[in-house]
Amino acid sequence: MWTEFRKEHAWQIKEFFFTLKLLGRNPSAVAGFVIIFIMVWMALFAAFLSPYDPIHISLQERLRSPSSAHLFGTDELGRDILSRIMYGARISLRIGVLVILIAGGCGSIIGAISGYLGQRIDNLIMRVMDVILSFPPLVLAMALAAALGPSLNNAILAVAFVMIPKFARMVRGEALAVKEKQFIAAARASGAKSLWIILHHILPNCFSSVIILATLILGETILIAASLSFIGLGTQPPTPEWGAMVSVGRKFLMDQWWYATFPGLFILMTVIGFNIFGDALRDILDPRIRR
Amino acid sequence: MDEPLLQMKNLSVRFFTYQGVVRALENVDLTIRRGEIMGLVGETGCGKSVLARSILRLIADPPGKIMGGEVFFKGEDILKVSRKRLREIRGNDISMIFQEPMSSLNPVFTVGNQMLEVVILHQKVNSLQAKDICIQMLQQVKMPDPEQILSKYPHELSGGMRQRVMIAMELSCRPDLLIADEPTTALDVTVQGQVLTILDDLVRRLGVSVLFISHDLGVIAQLCDRVSVMYAGKIVERAPVWDLFAAPKHPYTHGLLQAIPSVDEERDPLMVIAGTVPGLIQPPGGCRFHPRCYRRFEPCDHVVPHFREVEKNHFVACHLYGDE
Repeated sequence: MWTEFRKEHAWQIKEFFFTLKLLGRNPSAVAGFVIIFIMVWMALFAAFLSPYDPIHISLQERLRSPSSAHLFGTDELGRDILSRIMYGARISLRIGVLVILIAGGCGSIIGAISGYLGQRIDNLIMRVMDVILSFPPLVLAMALAAALGPSLNNAILAVAFVMIPKFARMVRGEALAVKEKQFIAAARASGAKSLWIILHHILPNCFSSVIILATLILGETILIAASLSFIGLGTQPPTPEWGAMVSVGRKFLMDQWWYATFPGLFILMTVIGFNIFGDALRDILDPRIRR
Repeated sequence: MDEPLLQMKNLSVRFFTYQGVVRALENVDLTIRRGEIMGLVGETGCGKSVLARSILRLIADPPGKIMGGEVFFKGEDILKVSRKRLREIRGNDISMIFQEPMSSLNPVFTVGNQMLEVVILHQKVNSLQAKDICIQMLQQVKMPDPEQILSKYPHELSGGMRQRVMIAMELSCRPDLLIADEPTTALDVTVQGQVLTILDDLVRRLGVSVLFISHDLGVIAQLCDRVSVMYAGKIVERAPVWDLFAAPKHPYTHGLLQAIPSVDEERDPLMVIAGTVPGLIQPPGGCRFHPRCYRRFEPCDHVVPHFREVEKNHFVACHLYGDE
C-alpha cells in the first residue's frame, strides 16, 4: 500500500522535498520560519517557559516597570506581562491562523466561482460582498460576535466572515484575468467541468496573491479580534490575549509604556514573520522562479 | 464516400455588442469526411476561429450566440446535445489545438500534471498507466526524452515543443476529429515545418480527421486534402487542394494566391487585394467581396451568389460562374 503510493506519487514527493530544500536555502524564508517557530514554540510550551502564573493577581506588584524579576513588567493587577504574552500566543496565533484559513479558503473559492462563472452569479455574489464591505469591519464583527454569543470561537467566525470579501474581491479580479487565458479554453475544449477548471486552473493561478493578502491581513485580524475581546465579545478575561493586552495597556501608555509595548511588539513580530515567510513561499512556489 | 464525420449546415453565429450585431458567420456549410484534412483559409477577422469554436460550442455567450443551423457529428447534432454529452464529446471525440502555444498550458503545473489530467479525465486508467500513455504519445510527436519533459514546467519548453505537447495531449484520447486553430502561426518557419510534419504523420497514422485553420496558403498546400476559403463570415470556395491552387475560381481566392511573395520570380510588385476586410456589423450587400473585387459586374452588389458546384468537387459562390 505504502510502497505503491510512493511509486505512484514519486514525483509529488520529490517536488515536496525540493520545495523544503529551496525554503531552507532562502534566507528570508528561514528568518520568517524562525520567528513563526519561536512563537509557536512559546505557545506550545507556555506552561514550562513562563516564569509566573499568567492569571495570578498580586496587587502589591501592580504596574512594576521591567526588571529582572518581571522582564516585561507587570500590569494593573500585578500579573507578569511576559507570562501573559507566552500564554497569549496560544490564543492570538489561533485567531490569526484560523481566521486566515477560513476567510482565505471561503473567500478564494467564492471569488473564483464569481469571476469564472460571471454574469448573474457574479453580480449576485459581488453585491453581497459589497454589502459586507460597506460596514466598518469592526462594527460588523461586533454585531456578529454579539449575535453568536461571546466566546473565542464565535469571535473567530465573526472576524473570518468580515474578512471574506477582501479575499473574494481580489481572487475574482485575478480569475477574470486568468479565465481569458488559452489554457482555460483548452481545458474546456477537452471536456473539463466548470468546477474542475475553477479548482485546477483558476485557483492555483491566484495562489500567490492570496498568500500575500493573507500575510497582510493577519495583523489586522489579530487587532480586530483584540477589539472584540476588549468589549467582552471575544476572549473572556482573565485569559491573556495580545490584542486585549494592547487595548487595555493603551490607557497606561503615558506612564507605564511597557504594558502595551511588549504585546504590541509580539504582534508586530508575528506579522513580520508571516509576511516574510509568505513572501518567500510565494517566490518558491512560482514555477518561473523555481527553476 | 460514406457518411461524413462532421456536417455543418447553415450555421450562423452573431455577436451582440454595443456597436451593433456582428454577423460573424452566415449560413456556413462544411463537411469533413473521415480521415481527411480539411483546410480553412481566410484573412484575419473573417470568422475562421469562430467557426472552429462553434463546433465545440466554445463561443462565449454573451456576447456570442449561435443563431441557427446544425452541426452533425456522427449523426448527432452537437448544438442540441445536453451539457453532459457535450463534455463527453469534447476531448473524447473532438479535440482542439489553439494558436498560442505560449498560453495554452497552465503555467503553474508541470506538463506531466496536465497531460495526466486529460488522460485520466477521459480514460479509465490509473496514474501509472496514464503516465505510460503520456510517454508513448510524447514519443510519437518525436519529443526527445519524454520522461524528462513530463516533469518540466511549460515555461521551460520552447514554443515548438509546447505545441508538440499540445498535439500529444489532444491526440492522447484518440479523437475522431482534431480542430487545429492556426497551430503553427506563432512559430518560426523551421519549427513550423517540423511541427506540421509531425502532425501530418501522426493524424494519417491514427486516421484522425482534421479541420486545419490557417491564413498561410503554403501550410495549407503542404498538409490538406481539401480547402475551404472563407471571406467575411461566408465560405466562398471549396475544392480539393490541387484544384484550388491550379485553378482558383473565386476572384478572392485568385487574389490570395497572387499575394504570396515568391523567391524565384523577378521582383514584380506584389499583387494585393485592394481594401480591407469589411466590418461584419454591416457587411456589404450582395456578394460580400464585391467592393474589393476586380471583376465585379452588374448583379454583384445586390444579389447574393449561390454556392454551387462548377466543376466536380469544386464549389464556388460567385456570379462569374453562370446563374440558373
